[in-house]
Amino acid sequence: MAQMTMIQAINDAMRQELKRDEKVLIFGEDVGKNGGVFRATENLQAEFGEDRVFDTPLAESGIGGLAIGLALEGFRPVPEIQFFGFVYEVMDSIAGQMARYRFRTGGSYKMPITFRSPFGGGVHTPEMHADSLEGLMAQTPGLRVVIPSTPYDAKGLLISAIRSDDPVIFLEHMKLYRSFRQEVPEGDYTVEIGKADIKREGKDISIISYGAMVHESLKAAEELEKEGYSAEVVDLRTVSPLDVDTIVASVEKTNRAIVVQEAQRVAGVAANVVAEINERAILSLEAPVLRVTAPDTVYPFSQAESVWIPNYKDIIETAKKVLTF
Amino acid sequence: MASKTNNIVVDLAKQLDVVDKEFQTLQILNEEGEIVNQDAVPDLTDEQLQELMRRMVYTRILDQRSISLNRQGRLGFYAPTAGQEASQIASHFALEKEDFILPGYRDVPQIIWHGLPLHQAFLWSRGHFQGIQIPEDLHILPPQIIIGAQYVQTAGVALGIKKNGKKSVAITYTGDGGTSQGDFYEGINFAGAYQVPAIFIVQNNQFAISTPREKQTAARTLAQKAVAAGIPGIQVDGMDPLAVYAAVKEARERAINGEGPTLIETLTYRYGPHTMSGDDPTRYRTKELDSEWEKKDPLVRFRKYLENKGIWNEEMEEKVIEQAKEDIKEAIKKADAAPKQKVTDLISIMNVELPSNLKEQYEIYKEKESK
Ligand SMILES: Cc1ncc(C[n+]2csc(CCOP(=O)(O)OP(=O)(O)O)c2C)c(N)n1
Ligand SMILES: [Mg+2]
Repeated sequence: MAQMTMIQAINDAMRQELKRDEKVLIFGEDVGKNGGVFRATENLQAEFGEDRVFDTPLAESGIGGLAIGLALEGFRPVPEIQFFGFVYEVMDSIAGQMARYRFRTGGSYKMPITFRSPFGGGVHTPEMHADSLEGLMAQTPGLRVVIPSTPYDAKGLLISAIRSDDPVIFLEHMKLYRSFRQEVPEGDYTVEIGKADIKREGKDISIISYGAMVHESLKAAEELEKEGYSAEVVDLRTVSPLDVDTIVASVEKTNRAIVVQEAQRVAGVAANVVAEINERAILSLEAPVLRVTAPDTVYPFSQAESVWIPNYKDIIETAKKVLTF
Repeated sequence: MASKTNNIVVDLAKQLDVVDKEFQTLQILNEEGEIVNQDAVPDLTDEQLQELMRRMVYTRILDQRSISLNRQGRLGFYAPTAGQEASQIASHFALEKEDFILPGYRDVPQIIWHGLPLHQAFLWSRGHFQGIQIPEDLHILPPQIIIGAQYVQTAGVALGIKKNGKKSVAITYTGDGGTSQGDFYEGINFAGAYQVPAIFIVQNNQFAISTPREKQTAARTLAQKAVAAGIPGIQVDGMDPLAVYAAVKEARERAINGEGPTLIETLTYRYGPHTMSGDDPTRYRTKELDSEWEKKDPLVRFRKYLENKGIWNEEMEEKVIEQAKEDIKEAIKKADAAPKQKVTDLISIMNVELPSNLKEQYEIYKEKESK
């Protein structure tokens, strides 16, 4: 086992799969010699050659179309979108085309494509790079949307995503790329897509979250502990489809819940989680389920990130409202 | 090996060859500062030539200072411009105040020379919304981040200008990488279809981050992409301020006269990294290539040209440099004085009329901010 950052774990997952399956192809803007702007694909071209790992012309819709075409020819594409803020450029390929091909061919063709992309914010990128657009993806039938919060999960989930015969949107929170290291097994292992994970056990309240907010939630849970509250932190890991069994089991145990997302409030993943809890576990609830989210503005200019992105204090404040309801 | 396919219908190799031959590089001032194309020399007074030099020197200093301010943590996002002064400043020099600029992220100098106060450019770099609150009567957009998006919008602005019967143009900039975007083709095609007063500049600085120009397209020049849109295209030496100026000036006249859009490719080079956010050019460029391009430097050749004419000297250059440094110092002070952004600020700039959810959130954040 080695200590790895999330970006190293992601790099390792791709190396693993390039080795295992010659149909795996990695491409995108600057992923070759440059190893990607975050270095997620560092050294992969040198190891596997330009046939397997290659730069594309600068066009996201081109990258999307290429991925679909290669999948139709039997390949297993792992395209990178340099920043998820640019995903609007490839929305038709992703949501209009890729997500529908199996359906549109009556179940004939498959789309074993994994779109990887850095998302989220808090690292002072220029305008329009950072954003939390997972809700757009989660609302698209046909897609699985995976968001790891740790290096271990990232590697295991990415391997599962690449092996999946269906399309996966794999979102890597920029702030987590190098923020901490964790023991990550060498070689092959998978983490199942569609399964949440309890990152901290507790009995008074469930804090349900994903991505970078899992770590804010853990920090909030620690603080709450000092005040005598035992908080459970549920890491969704996949935001579509939701692991309703794990969510409901946690809420049935704690009887109280809040849902935390870095994204804006309207029509988001958190709203969906609240709806599932209401439909499946309302009789277990001692208090309404509240959300912690960003406000409904455009993703802010970098200097305003610190006041705009939710943090552990907001989580504590909302958790207390629910705990003392 | 399979035998070479016979071209029965048309000689395809010749077809491409014909196009390639039509796209030669326009140069007026060579690397030694000598005029090599007398017929094309633009009609500029000595004062105008001095002003163009002044702006290029000023912009080089602004670039140097911006890089060091960024390193000190006193600026945020910054995309270096050194090497591209002829492409940026001489193209802008051919414009009029009423022209509308749709810049890319590297094209901050053009909007500064168009009238954006320096301290606002710094605030934009720092990620402050006041950085790009557009002063009245300044026809610019914020530097575009989504590569290519400005190209289609240019067709729209130019169509609007035409419908309004104005005597002005819309001008936009992208890079060599930008020409691969669908938006690039849609922009020049729409502009051609409606014959609008637009100028499309491609600053071909040979790389899109790490990706070399050859990997973007099989086309020999980027200028020839104009052919498919049915509009004129021209490739110029983008390190030659006179060639860039002449090409843009002519494109502007054609546009104003109702003769439609033009695509201009400028061959240039960025000396610095792609941006100051961790790019390392030694991963994808050689020192030899860098120095090959540095020999073509636009300031060096223009300085020689003006000195030979007897209208430029060290003293004049020193004065510009001092002025630039002083302006930058002042602008930083002004930028430092900007208030911290609040969520209520961000909410209030979202819509002309706030929707109900934002009205509610405004109150919630106002309460929070008052604590
Ligand atoms: C739609 C979109 N895709 C990707 C990027 C990331 N990106 C920023 S600059 C750049 C390269 C642009 O190269 P070029 O067009 O040649 O302009 P240059 O930076 O060389 O001036 C890339 C890929 C972006 N900003 N927008
Ligand atoms: Mg370029």
